[in-house]
Amino acid sequence: MSNILAVVEQRDGQVRGVGREVLSAAAAAAESLGAAADALLLGERAAADAAALGHYGAGTVKLALHPGLGAYSPERYARVVADVVTAGGYGAVFFGATAQGKDLAPRVAALLDVPLASDVTGIDAEDGQLVFIRPVYAGKAFARVVSEGAVAAASLRPNVFAPAERAGAGSVEEVPVTLPDGPTSRVVDFEAAGGTLDVSEASVIVSGGRGMKGPENWHLLEAVRDAVGSDVAALGASRAVVDAGWRPHGEQVGQTGKTVSPKLYMAMAISGAIQHLAGMRTSQTIVAVNKDPDAPIFGVADYGIVGDVQEVLPRLAEEIRALKARG
Amino acid sequence: MNITVCIKRTPDTETRIRVAQDGVGIDSTGVKYIMSPYDEMAVEAALRTRESLGAGEVEVLTLGEDGSVETLRAGLAMGADRATLLRGAATMDGLATARTLQAELGGREVGLILFGVKAADDDQQQVGPMTATLLGLPCVTAVADFEVQDGAVRCRREVEGGTEVVEVPTPAVLTVTKGAFEPRYASLKGIMAAKRKPLEEKPAEAAESRLTVRVLEPPPQRPAGRVVGEGADAVPELVRLLREEAKVL
Repeated sequence: MSNILAVVEQRDGQVRGVGREVLSAAAAAAESLGAAADALLLGERAAADAAALGHYGAGTVKLALHPGLGAYSPERYARVVADVVTAGGYGAVFFGATAQGKDLAPRVAALLDVPLASDVTGIDAEDGQLVFIRPVYAGKAFARVVSEGAVAAASLRPNVFAPAERAGAGSVEEVPVTLPDGPTSRVVDFEAAGGTLDVSEASVIVSGGRGMKGPENWHLLEAVRDAVGSDVAALGASRAVVDAGWRPHGEQVGQTGKTVSPKLYMAMAISGAIQHLAGMRTSQTIVAVNKDPDAPIFGVADYGIVGDVQEVLPRLAEEIRALKARG
Repeated sequence: MNITVCIKRTPDTETRIRVAQDGVGIDSTGVKYIMSPYDEMAVEAALRTRESLGAGEVEVLTLGEDGSVETLRAGLAMGADRATLLRGAATMDGLATARTLQAELGGREVGLILFGVKAADDDQQQVGPMTATLLGLPCVTAVADFEVQDGAVRCRREVEGGTEVVEVPTPAVLTVTKGAFEPRYASLKGIMAAKRKPLEEKPAEAAESRLTVRVLEPPPQRPAGRVVGEGADAVPELVRLLREEAKVL
């Protein structure tokens, strides 16, 4: 099979962590097929740490640099990625299934006239062909799929593929950029969400359910999040909580919210409705605290405490702070 | 302005999913089917847009078989004006579906084409932007709220780290997520009226599916967990386990 291109996101002049994950997955998949992986970054300028992608398995780090690529523009980015895939004769192209990747990957696939496997959580090679493992029905089942397209396109779920350093340095190369007419979409405003980490990007999620009793008790969850560190931890919520208007939909975990795979998922006063479990069951470690010892959440939790979150949460924040202080 | 909402019939999100005997599909025995929840929000968005503009028609459109008639009727009962069933099988290959929609919608005069951000079965999150790309139309994904004014749509979308406001000219394709468009319940009057509204059926322009499901399997079982203890006194042990055993803190 031909080589694999990993589309790597950059933000604020740095390569995003998910970019190293996507590249590492591409390098591992390429190796099992006797091929090589390259990385592609788009922007006005290259990220300061772009060249270091060579240490994560990129044979060549390709840079598509243009003043018109400074901010994400769906039509422009899609055209440039599709052109690089075609010009490079790639057999596969991988994206991160981030907000940007979910927007971009389908457009690239349509331009290339190839199918797309979205939100992939595993990759195997069988008979020289890539097999993508992807959750369906929000994780209530997993499908093993193969693409018969000329290019195997996939977006990979963040936090699932571990970034892995490899031998080799890789070379850096600028690629020619031709922008399409337009773009037709224009970002006219951006409101930052107070600098908090998005639930889909966090490696630790502290989630609250109906048993939290009311939005006024969320400070208890915030204290745990802050004890872990707001640079890695984010708040999540169950559907009941979002439907009740206690928390914004952006925090909802589950089938009609976000499907997440953090290192640590803490389900606080969440009973564990099937559609919530579907959204978080691929987390590495799950902790549940609930008053009801028969709550379904204990069926998927690695560690549980039967008790009242009002008492457990403050102690948890305190113990984690003490742990961090000890180093 | 006319609006077409592309909807899909999917299992209810509260339904248990079992793999069928063929090993690649689901066992539909006892499964309740609904309109995919995000598609309901897209229908709601279309109805509100029609109401605020005071003109135009809302069409609900789906690719599916007999069972999808019920889904279209649900859209009509909410208030859509007409429905179209493209008779054919929807597969996991969103590009094949997008090709079918391109054949149907290309050359039509539509101001907005709306989708739910993703379908509750395949979770591929791709048919909307693929259809837009094939039709050469602008597309905004994951739209939580929007308004149409003077030949443009102003969309509020949730992205990592904040909310973005994006403007595109019409005609445009939008995929709708949870936000401003809490779907209305169909009234009894709406349900009665839906029976008399036009529902057109035609064979779908079939496109080859090139994404093949080799195996569908239940999720990997999580190893049995344990209850560390009761109440706040169990917390130190929990934190110790998270640090030393799970190595996640």
